[in-house]
Amino acid sequence: MSKLDSKIPPGPIDKKWTYHKGHMRIVAPANKRRIDVIVVGTGLAGGAAAASLAEMGYNVKAFCFQDSARRAHSIAAQGGINAAKNYQNDGDSTYRLFYDTVKGGDYRAREANVHRLAEVSANIIDQCVAQGVPFARDYGGLLDNRSFGGVQVSRTFYARGQTGQQLLLGAYSALMRQVGKGAVKMYDRHEMLDVVIVDGKARGIIARNLITGEIERHGAHAVLLCTGGYGNVFFLSTNAMGSNVTAAWKAHKRGAFFGNPCYTQIHPTCIPVSGTHQSKLTLMSESLRNDGRIWVPAKLEDAKAIREGKKKGSDIPEADRDYYLERRYPAFGNLVPRDVASRAAKERCDAGFGVNKTGEAVYLDFSAAIERYGKLEANMKKIENPSKEKITELGRAVVSEKYGNLFDMYENIVGENPYDHAMKIYPAVHYTMGGLWVDYNLQTTVPGLFALGEANFSDHGANRLGASALMQGLADGYFVIPYTVGDYFADDIRTGPIDTKRAEFDAAEKEVTDRINHFINNKGTKPVDEFHRRLGKVMWDKCGMARNAQGLQEAIAEIRQIREEFYRDVRVTGKANEFNQELEKAGRVADFLELGELMCIDALNRNESCGGHFREEYSETEGPQQGEAKRDDANYAYVAAWEWTGDAGKANLHKEPLTFEEVKLTQRSYK
Amino acid sequence: MGNMKLTLKIWRQNGPNDKGRMENYPVNDVSEDMSFLEMLDVLNDQLVREGKDPIAFDHDCREGICGMCSLFINGEAHGPGRGITTCQLHMRKFKDGDTIYVEPWRSAAFPVIKDLATNRSAFDRIQAAGGFVSVNTSGNLVDGNAVPIPKDDADKAFDAATCIGCGACVATCPNGSAMLFTAAKVSQLALLPQGRPEAKRRALAMVEQMDKEGFGNCSNTGACEVECPKGISLEHIARLNREYLAASVTKE
Repeated sequence: MSKLDSKIPPGPIDKKWTYHKGHMRIVAPANKRRIDVIVVGTGLAGGAAAASLAEMGYNVKAFCFQDSARRAHSIAAQGGINAAKNYQNDGDSTYRLFYDTVKGGDYRAREANVHRLAEVSANIIDQCVAQGVPFARDYGGLLDNRSFGGVQVSRTFYARGQTGQQLLLGAYSALMRQVGKGAVKMYDRHEMLDVVIVDGKARGIIARNLITGEIERHGAHAVLLCTGGYGNVFFLSTNAMGSNVTAAWKAHKRGAFFGNPCYTQIHPTCIPVSGTHQSKLTLMSESLRNDGRIWVPAKLEDAKAIREGKKKGSDIPEADRDYYLERRYPAFGNLVPRDVASRAAKERCDAGFGVNKTGEAVYLDFSAAIERYGKLEANMKKIENPSKEKITELGRAVVSEKYGNLFDMYENIVGENPYDHAMKIYPAVHYTMGGLWVDYNLQTTVPGLFALGEANFSDHGANRLGASALMQGLADGYFVIPYTVGDYFADDIRTGPIDTKRAEFDAAEKEVTDRINHFINNKGTKPVDEFHRRLGKVMWDKCGMARNAQGLQEAIAEIRQIREEFYRDVRVTGKANEFNQELEKAGRVADFLELGELMCIDALNRNESCGGHFREEYSETEGPQQGEAKRDDANYAYVAAWEWTGDAGKANLHKEPLTFEEVKLTQRSYK
Repeated sequence: MGNMKLTLKIWRQNGPNDKGRMENYPVNDVSEDMSFLEMLDVLNDQLVREGKDPIAFDHDCREGICGMCSLFINGEAHGPGRGITTCQLHMRKFKDGDTIYVEPWRSAAFPVIKDLATNRSAFDRIQAAGGFVSVNTSGNLVDGNAVPIPKDDADKAFDAATCIGCGACVATCPNGSAMLFTAAKVSQLALLPQGRPEAKRRALAMVEQMDKEGFGNCSNTGACEVECPKGISLEHIARLNREYLAASVTKE
């Protein structure tokens, strides 16, 4: 029974990181040249870490499964990145960002980590500006901000609707600069298939060259997993098709505990599912909730008429619309946090007020914003008594300037113009707060194995606030790991290169090869995707936006059944030693089939509702908070860190108690 | 499921040294709400069930931003429609009974890996040659607002920076030139004060690498701009040419 040591530094919350930085061991420049480090994943966390560590003088090998480091899924983040700059003079501060994040996470995050995140947030913006990231600017040439859900200040920096792309290209450019210098050796189209443990420490990985199918051994003094989240366990999510849990899961099976696997973020504003062919879901940025108003018809008969195509949203008079977020949460309105907005949409749709054929959609309406902006523009342009058409024309231009690319994206997918007709949206899986358990140094329970960004569990508690994922990825990669990994390497300056001919590498490689051969030689009948879709449906129905004990127990049984069938009946075409996308998928789905079970076990264990984890049995039954999530701080204010025991159904639970010294635990209220 | 019936003529090639050939595939039950790649998923599902080799193609985000998808459809990079990537192409752009030709990016600098997947690492090497600002990670940089940047410059830099590195410009260029890709990065950084100190070095180094990779010369046909899913403008090529000329003249 290992005891979880979070290694939180001593001292007051705002001095911990400074104290820690001053007391960690460091590696002298000449010794850094003797240290090898593997970085898996080249998104914001991995790209930033690989570049920064190479700049410092370490020998870095970076891996990604995509054909270029620039394509990691961070690229798809739309809305923005938070930073406590207080450029808007609206009362923001490091403390307020810290507080909002702890509260937004429903008091299930580690205070010290979150405070550090808030502290370094401002550095991130400066770093990115220096790299040439073209953030949005105002006419004075200064950086612009917008608002995101769950907060009452404007602290989100953005680059139109493509903030993730621009930040990632910044990190990628820093990475390629080091590749050009030979300080980073880049392995694209490579997938990590196992981590190798030598004498209790992570000392390398086994990777598959996805072009040739060759299995490779790579040794290093530490391995950094920056491999993103596991939302694709649901099959349908806003994640990229290739996003997977394999690297993290293999690490878990080698001894890294998995933290809070059940904490999943369901994003409220995604394009609804259109049919059984659907391969992924598309997010509509949270920034749209700055100006869009969410509603459903107030009358059941109107909702029914809309579903049957007899009425349109625009036919419903103002008085018969239910702007349910504004009604339920007057203080935050349409900008409540994601978990709250998603559940409210589900509640209305379950009650029969959904507005598309499947009954699973609500409106996100910009007509009020178009009118408001149109009038403002008319005033600015000194147009007297503007016609309704003129106001609409002017207002549309403003909305187009702000959100044009998102509106175009919507029209492309749905085939309907969102300027004329209110958008239809529905929640979808977007992000996973859970991940590998790490201590304050971002080290997992395996020495030398670190996890950064979405791959770890650390900063967002049970719910992540908008524009905080980019912040965390870059904070971990640029400003945390370069310090904390040095403390670990201080013991390795005399170790010398890791020998990949050791028995531990032989054994790990054999396991990888055996797994691959099983799939190739299996004489099954069904494609990988079929099993993935089935798993996804079970997860969405029973471990999605709302969960209950009975459903979770059923899910566990069903997942076991699917897993058994998968190994027996999956058909993987082609050979092991070639470019083989079916084989890639098979390995990933095999891991999702184990992870899914653990998520249900974790959700079943947590007899409370918090953030993205909503247990139907635990909600307020009366009073002003009726229907809202009901936490149980007395029994569940802990991180659930699961230890692999050799059987997906028999993980050992370890608890890291969460102590709150700064923030008082209260019921999260956005009313 | 939908009711469109299509005939696909798809390029199959086992590897860079295989000659390759077009093969015919009928696909039924295509719905107009499907994306083009989802239609290929349906075909691949069918092929796997029949024990046949599914079609290899690159894709990842399926929302038009990662730049991984790369199909040449009916003679056009990313298919019919402007301002979209292959993954954003939906079947409502086609009609029942259509025959659709699907090929990989074709360029000497982008060798085929398998079927429709190509190797575009040349782009990474161009980027590594100079597509960056030489600034190390540091917690002590000047404040992000210390140097105001005129909104117009910031907006133009952003427009250039939206390049997703998909390679449609190369695939569509009769000469297989990578000028639009290279120009977008040179131009983005040349427009920003942070990028100016290295502007000359960058333009020279990136162009030199581009030539080394075996991309063709730019003859200003403008085809790249038309097919670019992000609408990167030829203006950036003009800016690259100015930067390059100025750098060449003053080179020591």
